[in-house]
Amino acid sequence: MSSAMNWLVILLAIVNIVGAVWLLIVTAKKAPEDADATATTGHAWDGDLVEYNKPLPRWWLWLFIGTVIFSIIYLVLYPGFGRYAGVLGWNQNTDHAAAVQAAEEKARGIMAQFDGQPLPTLARDLKAQSIGRNVFANNCATCHGSDARGNPGFPNLADNDWIWGGQPEQILSSIIDGRTAVMPPLGAALGDKGVTEVVAYVRSLSGLSHDRRAAEAGSARFATLCVACHGADGKGNQALGAPNLTDDIWLYSAEAASIAEAINYGRNGQMPAHGPIIGEQRARLVAAYVLHLSQGAESVGGQQ
Amino acid sequence: MTAVAARQDTYNDKVVRQFTVMTVVWGIVGMTLGVLLAAQLAWPVLNFDVPWLTYSRLRPLHTSAVIFAFGGSALFATSYYIVQRTCHVRLFSDKLAAFTFWGWQAVVVCCVITYPLGITQSKEYAEPEWWIDILITLVWVAYAVVFFGTIALRKVKHIYVANWFFAAYVITIAVLHIVNNLALPVAFDKSYVVYSGTVDAMVQWWYGHNAVGFFLTAAFLGMMYYFIPKQAGRPVYSYRLSVIHFWALISIYMWAGPHHLQYTALPDWAQSLGMVFSLILLAPSWGGMINGMMTLSGAWHKLRTDPILKFMIVSLSFYGMSTFEGPMMSIRTVNALSHYTDWTIGHVHSGALGWVAMITIGCVYALWPKLVGLKEMYSTRLIDVHFWIMTIGIVLYTVAMWISGLTQGLMWRAVNDDGTLTYAFVEALKASYPYYYVRALGGLMVVAGMWLMAWNMLKTWQQSRQWNEQPVLAVPATH
Repeated sequence: MSSAMNWLVILLAIVNIVGAVWLLIVTAKKAPEDADATATTGHAWDGDLVEYNKPLPRWWLWLFIGTVIFSIIYLVLYPGFGRYAGVLGWNQNTDHAAAVQAAEEKARGIMAQFDGQPLPTLARDLKAQSIGRNVFANNCATCHGSDARGNPGFPNLADNDWIWGGQPEQILSSIIDGRTAVMPPLGAALGDKGVTEVVAYVRSLSGLSHDRRAAEAGSARFATLCVACHGADGKGNQALGAPNLTDDIWLYSAEAASIAEAINYGRNGQMPAHGPIIGEQRARLVAAYVLHLSQGAESVGGQQ
Repeated sequence: MTAVAARQDTYNDKVVRQFTVMTVVWGIVGMTLGVLLAAQLAWPVLNFDVPWLTYSRLRPLHTSAVIFAFGGSALFATSYYIVQRTCHVRLFSDKLAAFTFWGWQAVVVCCVITYPLGITQSKEYAEPEWWIDILITLVWVAYAVVFFGTIALRKVKHIYVANWFFAAYVITIAVLHIVNNLALPVAFDKSYVVYSGTVDAMVQWWYGHNAVGFFLTAAFLGMMYYFIPKQAGRPVYSYRLSVIHFWALISIYMWAGPHHLQYTALPDWAQSLGMVFSLILLAPSWGGMINGMMTLSGAWHKLRTDPILKFMIVSLSFYGMSTFEGPMMSIRTVNALSHYTDWTIGHVHSGALGWVAMITIGCVYALWPKLVGLKEMYSTRLIDVHFWIMTIGIVLYTVAMWISGLTQGLMWRAVNDDGTLTYAFVEALKASYPYYYVRALGGLMVVAGMWLMAWNMLKTWQQSRQWNEQPVLAVPATH
């Protein structure tokens, strides 16, 4: 704030408050009509419209003065008069930082007890689960749903089907560093007919209704363009985040139109990196919670 | 020649009755939209997956329809009626007055068409695109010419208190509208506001809160200052109180905008000033309530038999309550709890329905029989019924939003020992659901009341089937 602006703000605020108080004092003075309860100001409009000139109610007068006194004290204590910082030195940024620090200190001890414990162990720990669930509800539920069953484009985390891998450290990596899926647009390479054929083949892989001849033609096209990521058998590649196309589990939709959209225009699913947002301690707890959800506490660390 | 002379001998009540009819029409439209929106929040399926019917597009239409179409028409009608009666002269220009009527209706129709199409500036309460803004400016300048021209022609020396408030509102709304809407048009349906970031937010809320202060408060106080003493048949309580509360109100309101931006990127000093001036605003706001209520002293018995006075007194009660609640909500620590919750919605509606709509409805019931040359409305009993369903509807609405808002505020801020929030957003939403049904019911009752009013006005008109031409009242020799 420039110096001129600073003084303008201070001056305008003071002039307005002082002006209001001055007018209050002037109007609070006794008027000649005060002696006669029925006297009006002597003006009349529209026939019968007249005004008394009763004194200001005392309680109202003091209410007014009271708010002014409170405000002046407040403006001395807190920032308000331009650049003047206030006696207390309060500002919203340090106020917020202090609140965050206090909360962090409180949480530190609770978090520390889980340090160094392997994720499968944490996934069986009820206390760790409950904190993990809280972290999930705060940060993950927006996209993955409060029950973790996902939404179109956001995978179901409770079904033990994994796009980027279900090993504890893979889940943790997805959370901390995020994931970026790259399904390239293949519409130009395949042409409309080609896309229709590949769609039929992809649906056939999951045993869904499809045109058999189109699927046969699609199979050949799949072998040239899609196998690099999704594999010769269509079972995908978790290292690349290429989904298994044979399990009838769909990130977007099983509808032919949705599959065609994916092939034509590609897909670029984004899981944002949460390491910088929630830190490693909380990331580990939420990873353990996801592990618990998907596999059940008993079979943690199993197949995959 | 004689025709012209005769016209100068009567008040221009044509424009008054046009605006009065549209007040009720837009009231029904705007409030029905409100009920639809309330229902969409309770039952999202009512968005019908049709873009034009989605909450996001209809919500600004609801606010514009009730504030500017319903409230605006009511203010045009009553300010034109009052300024003529209290200046003892016909309106400055019939043609310009007619332009303000048709121009204002055109503005509203443009909003009704453009908002659902998604054509908007995305500034709250200032959604119309640039070319509608220009039309608004033209209408408003014409309004100022008619109003101040009439004041200039007045036959009485003293300007009546109602006109002070209308004058402040006409001038300030012009300034607010022009400054807030400065934009660079790039196409018929697109413009860019000249402000950016925090400055844009501050200008927006300087506008937004003064729209509340001057459109929804000062101007409706003008309405109150004429119709309450008239209806009660009593003198205004205190001229001195009028003077101090008028000047304090209009000067202090100007500072209150930043309280909408507590704990944001707005500098601390601006937030603090917004808060303290909102607190100082309490007494000036209550000055109007006291002056209105105390005008009834000596006539309290009339409340038993006159539902129109009931509307007016209850409107002042809601006014007093909202203008107490507002300063409290502007206090930093209270705002930290109330901001972004349904409490704000409850606060706005106790002001907008309780104060603005109730004083308007009371005044229209008082005004309508005079416009059709009758002594009273077709059915006083129906007015009483309207009063009760509306009052109960508003109480249901407001209380539901208070509880919902407090619930949300407390749930959002609850923190676990591990540093996480206790509740996911959706949990607080789930807790709010029961109150959303209650709100929809309250709103429905308010709309039902508006239909009763329309019916009652129609029957009243049918009793007379003529528009009354009232002669200009001569000024007594002593004045």
